[in-house]
Parts: sequence; C-alpha cells; structure tokens
Amino acid sequence: MVESGFSSPRHDAFPAGLRVLVVDDDPTWLKILEKMLKKCSYEVTTCGLAREALTLLRERKDGYDIVISDVNMPDMDGFKLLEHVGLEMDLPVIMMSVDGETSRVMKGVQHGACDYLLKPIRMKELRNIWQHVFRKKIHEVRDIESLEGIEHYHMTRSGSDMVDDGHLLGGEDTTSVRKRKDAESKHDDKDLNDPSSTKKARVVWTVDLHQKFVKAVNQIGFDKVGPKKILDLMNVPWLTRENVASHLQKYRLYLSRLQKESDTKNSFVGMKNMDPPTKDSTTGFGLHNTVNMIKDDSSNGSYSFSVKNSIVQNVDIKGYEGDRKGMTSVAGANSKGALSIDIPNPRKAKSSQISFDHSLASVDSGVNFPSFNSSNPDQYSWREIPEIQFKQECEPLPLENGFGQLPLPVPQHHIQTDYIKPAPSISSAPSITEKEATSSSIEVKPLYEEYRSNHVKQLSPTEAVDFLPDQSKSQTLNNQVFEPISATTSTMRSQGISLNCLADLEFAQRNLNEDLQICWLQAQGDCYATNNGLQDLQGIEYNDPAPIYEIPFHLYDAPRFDHEHLFDPTEYSAIDQGLFA
Amino acid sequence: MERNPIRRQLANMRQSLFDQGYLDEQFIQLEELQDDANPNFVEEVVTLYYRDSGRILLNIEQALERKPFDFHKLDGYMHQFKGSSSSIGAKKVKAESTLFREYCKSGNGEGCMRTFQQLKREYATLRKKLEAYFQLARQAGPMETACRPK
Repeated sequence: MVESGFSSPRHDAFPAGLRVLVVDDDPTWLKILEKMLKKCSYEVTTCGLAREALTLLRERKDGYDIVISDVNMPDMDGFKLLEHVGLEMDLPVIMMSVDGETSRVMKGVQHGACDYLLKPIRMKELRNIWQHVFRKKIHEVRDIESLEGIEHYHMTRSGSDMVDDGHLLGGEDTTSVRKRKDAESKHDDKDLNDPSSTKKARVVWTVDLHQKFVKAVNQIGFDKVGPKKILDLMNVPWLTRENVASHLQKYRLYLSRLQKESDTKNSFVGMKNMDPPTKDSTTGFGLHNTVNMIKDDSSNGSYSFSVKNSIVQNVDIKGYEGDRKGMTSVAGANSKGALSIDIPNPRKAKSSQISFDHSLASVDSGVNFPSFNSSNPDQYSWREIPEIQFKQECEPLPLENGFGQLPLPVPQHHIQTDYIKPAPSISSAPSITEKEATSSSIEVKPLYEEYRSNHVKQLSPTEAVDFLPDQSKSQTLNNQVFEPISATTSTMRSQGISLNCLADLEFAQRNLNEDLQICWLQAQGDCYATNNGLQDLQGIEYNDPAPIYEIPFHLYDAPRFDHEHLFDPTEYSAIDQGLFA
Repeated sequence: MERNPIRRQLANMRQSLFDQGYLDEQFIQLEELQDDANPNFVEEVVTLYYRDSGRILLNIEQALERKPFDFHKLDGYMHQFKGSSSSIGAKKVKAESTLFREYCKSGNGEGCMRTFQQLKREYATLRKKLEAYFQLARQAGPMETACRPK
C-alpha cells in the first residue's frame, strides 16, 4: 500500500534498479537509507566503513551507479573517499551530513560531490538521485558515440586502422552495458547502425593503472606533462589519449585542491556539471566552441576535433531553425569530412599533421588577437571542453530519437548548460572588452587577408562589414572574429572534403541562413561550405541581438583568464614553434 | 474516531510526543517507511538508535572525565551523536547536542558539562516514552504502526 506511491510506472525502466552504495558509520542511518532507497526501487548496498566501501568499489568495478557517503567517518574522511571514488571509479558521489555549514558543503562540492544532502535525509531527495547518474550517462554516451562514430566511419571506409580499437571497445563493454541500456536503446537503432558505437568503454582507473599514471606524471615532471607523453610512458595499449587527458584533468584538479590553490580554478571546471541552463547563452556557447576549436587544433594536430566542433555548432543551431533534415545532412557530411581528414589514425600517427596543423592554427590565432597567442598555452584547461564538445556530436540523435521520451524535461537545454557556464564566470566588463576586441580586429584585417589569400580564397572581411552597416560595432567585430576561425576550418577541411559533401553542406547552409547571410554565403559558400557552423552563429546573433555582447568577451576574456590561472608550459612550446617558425 | 480505546490512547500518546517537542517530522518519515516487508520498522530503528548512540554517549562521558577538555574531540563525538539523533527525529536531544557543540566551539567546558547532563536526561526520557509507546502499539495490534492516524 505504501509502496505503490514510490515508483510511477513511467519510471519503471530507468531509475529502478539503480545501484547505490551507501557508506555511513551510523548504523541507524544506514538502516533508514537502505529502506528508503529500496522504496525507490533502487538496488542498495550498505557499508559502515569508508575503507570497506573502497574495497567494494574496487572489487566490483562496474557494480555501482552512484555512491552516497557520510562526511564524517572514523576510519576515513568522507572527502578522502570522495576523492578516491572520483579518481578511480568516476562515479557520482553524494555527500551527506547533519552539518550544513557552507564551508563544509563547499568542501564537498570542491572535492567533486555531485550533491550534498543534509540529515535528516528525506525520501524525496533520495528518489531524485538518479538524475546524477543520468546526467553522467548522457555525457559519457555522447562522448563515446562521437568518438566511435568517427572511428566507425573510418573503419568502414578505409578498412582496417581502427579495427583493434573498435573490437576492444565492443568487447570490454558487455558488463557495463546493462545500466546504460535504457538510456541508449531508444536511439540505438537510428544511430550509426553499429551496435558497438553506442556502447562505451569506460576506463576504470584501477589502483594499478592510476599508479602507472602517477608514475608517468612524476617521471615527466608535473609541469611538463601532456596526455600524449603520459600515454607513451604508461604503455597501456588499450588506453587512449582522451582517456589519459581526462584523467589528467581530474588529477590536476585533485592536486590543485591539495595545494589549496585559488578557488577560481576549481569552480571554473567544477561548475560544468551543475548549472542551470539559460537559453540566451547559446550563442556564447557556439562561440566558445570556436575558440576551443582553434586551441584544440593547435595542440593536438587532430583535424577530427575541429570537424566535430563544427558539428556541435550546427547542433546548437538546430533549436533555432528546427530543420532536422538539413541538420542531419550536415552532420553526415561533416563526419565524412572528418574521415578523410584524419588520415591514418587520429591517436597515434599524427606526426606529419601536427607540425602543419600547428602552424595553421597558430597563424590563425595570431591573426585573431595578439593577446590570444599568449592564451593558447593553457591547453590543458581547455582540454576538458573539447572533450565535452565531442559528446555533443551525437546530440541530434539522442535528442530526436530517444531522450525526449525519458524523464528529462528539456533535453536540449540540459545539454547546452554545462559548457556555457564557464564563460560567464570568466567574464569581465563587456564594454572594455568590446572596445579592445574591436581594435584588435581592425589590426587583424590585413594580416588576415594575406593569410587567406595564401591558403584559401578571398573571404573579404570588408564585405562582411559593408554588408552589416547598421549593426553595432560588436556585431561587425563578430564577423571579423569569426572569419579567421572559419578560414582555419575551411583550410583544413578543404584538404579532405569531397564534392558531394559540399553540396550537402551548402544545402544545409541555405536552410540555416535565410535572412542576412545570403550575401556572405555566396561570397564564400561554395569554397567554404564547411563554414556553415560559423555562419549559423551569426544568423543567431542577428536574430537575437542580446547575446552578441557576450561573444566578444567570451572569446577574448576566456583565454586571458586561463592564461592567468591554468598555465601549461608544455603545450606552450608546441604552439610557440608554430607561431614563430 | 477511534473506537478501540487502546488505539485512541496510542494516538494520543504519539501526538503528545510531537506536541511536547520530543519528536520532529523525521519520526513521521520513519513511520511512512514502515510497510509489510518491515512491519516493525520504526521500533527497529529506534532500538538500533539507542544501542548505537549509547556507545557514543559513553565516549563523550569518558572524554569529559579527562581534563583539560579536548573540545575538538568532544565536538566530533557530538556531531556523530547529533547525526544519529536526527535519524529518529529526537528533537530535544538534537537541540541539546547543538548547544553542546556550540559550547565546544566557544571552549566552554562548564556549558558542555551542564548541557551533557541535560542531554542525557532528555535522551532517557524519550527512551522511556518511546518504549511505552511501542509497547502499547504491540498491544493495539499491527494496524497501528502501519498507518499513522490521519
């Protein structure tokens, strides 16, 4: 009788059976929480000691979806446990305590807790915890799908390169599929027609693996580390650069907390999971990607990244234009583009591309803003963002096919949120930024034109300016700012993109940019078909003038912020070569 | 409303525990968790609470015997005790532990001692009242504990 109220039939599939590990030294609470969670139809494991919990988690690596832990425990501080779980298992952790002091809660959040519940804990709070698992799941699925999607195309087209990886990913996964099954099955069939593409191989950072990692980091020296170097040193065949990069990110956070560094950094990265969406920020978001795209290119030499980013932009725009057909064709075309571009193997054999790419990207950023150059070094701080963008590649699919049916109110919002947040947190006074940015864009022109004429066809920034005579300075600026970026994209893509892709893209472009973009489009559309992501952005801006203000300062300030706080000399040297060579 | 005198008495007894401030809404939460799978859930939890918290009180007792007071340690124990007391909704006990912790923070040993004595009294009183309540509930039959009076 009492039971019936707790799980609505609609939710029977997903949240039911959520595997929760509860850690509390208080047996009374353990008993209550167990009962509450069972009433929520969750699978509960209880544990009175933090060390025991850690053992359980290590033994059954994929045995739990979420951990709820008390903060104060005699054998191990709850924060310590939280850190271990975050580093080794990558599970969402909810902290709980009878103590609601802001400083304590903040400590929990800084250590990576996805939530902080105050005792006495209510049933309704526990019933809701599945959202943390689900949120993580969305990110992971997106992450892997985008990655594997590229690989998959790669496989089918060029044959053998990625077979090993594909096999590994498919094989290792059987245990972890179960819990994601529900979220995935909805879009599984429509996805990439490859069942393995929706599965993911989550790297479980075992103690051994983590020790290898730490050893590698120490060997390289902490201020010189980069994911690639670590990967080489670790010598674990199935581990990918992305795995290492993501772990390195966490590890750095972990260390930075230990060093009690300024909070800014923590909050900057930490926020990515938990901020409410705002619609207006979409534009800012898109631009953000653009920035990252450059950065990412310059550090990785991986073309596939930039391609994905442009897809992201398209995805983003979808909300505005609602033309699904156009969207899909763009995405498809882009993926193909990615294929032919990242020729041998995006992870290993990059050598030839790297140098080329570096020079490309850095010329590009040099053109953008003089100050931008100095902000490129902070690669690692951005590393996370490109990864996130990855995930978004598959957005059109989950959004349209599956996630809409799941209890997620506004999926698109949800997805955009996370990446928007960092920008506002960075922002400074817009007026100043605008001015500065404008002036730099003026300087840029000649350089930029030169650059383009060397590599690509004329884009003519002036034309863009003329074309938008009534718009404010900042809008003009946007054009200026964008063009260099788009030039990079197109330069890179033009290497590999086949003509039929161009046709698709152009078609999509026309759909996307009806009003003011046509002129611009004609000027560059044919040869720079891949620019559509950027143009889309402009389209949005035009319709909705408010966000325009955000754009310059995201673009301009975000890097500066990073430069101050998150400096990575390794990456800097790489870029340096490109810049001054 | 209730025809059965025992049930009526039970309802009154329960209500007075709330009215007199011994219990808070957490106790109602526990009642709501009681179902066919755990027909005596509330009583089990309360029993467990008294067994476990007694151990913590003993720790505090011992710590208070040692002078000078280790306020940090005392605060830690009391935090634990408070968390535990919140589980059954022992409102008065919880209030005393909050006060105790404040004294710990201000380094008031005298206040700690005084509050601890008061806390133990409240703790014992609640125990007696709850024991009487559960005993009566058993007499009244299983229905009473499963559905709380409207």
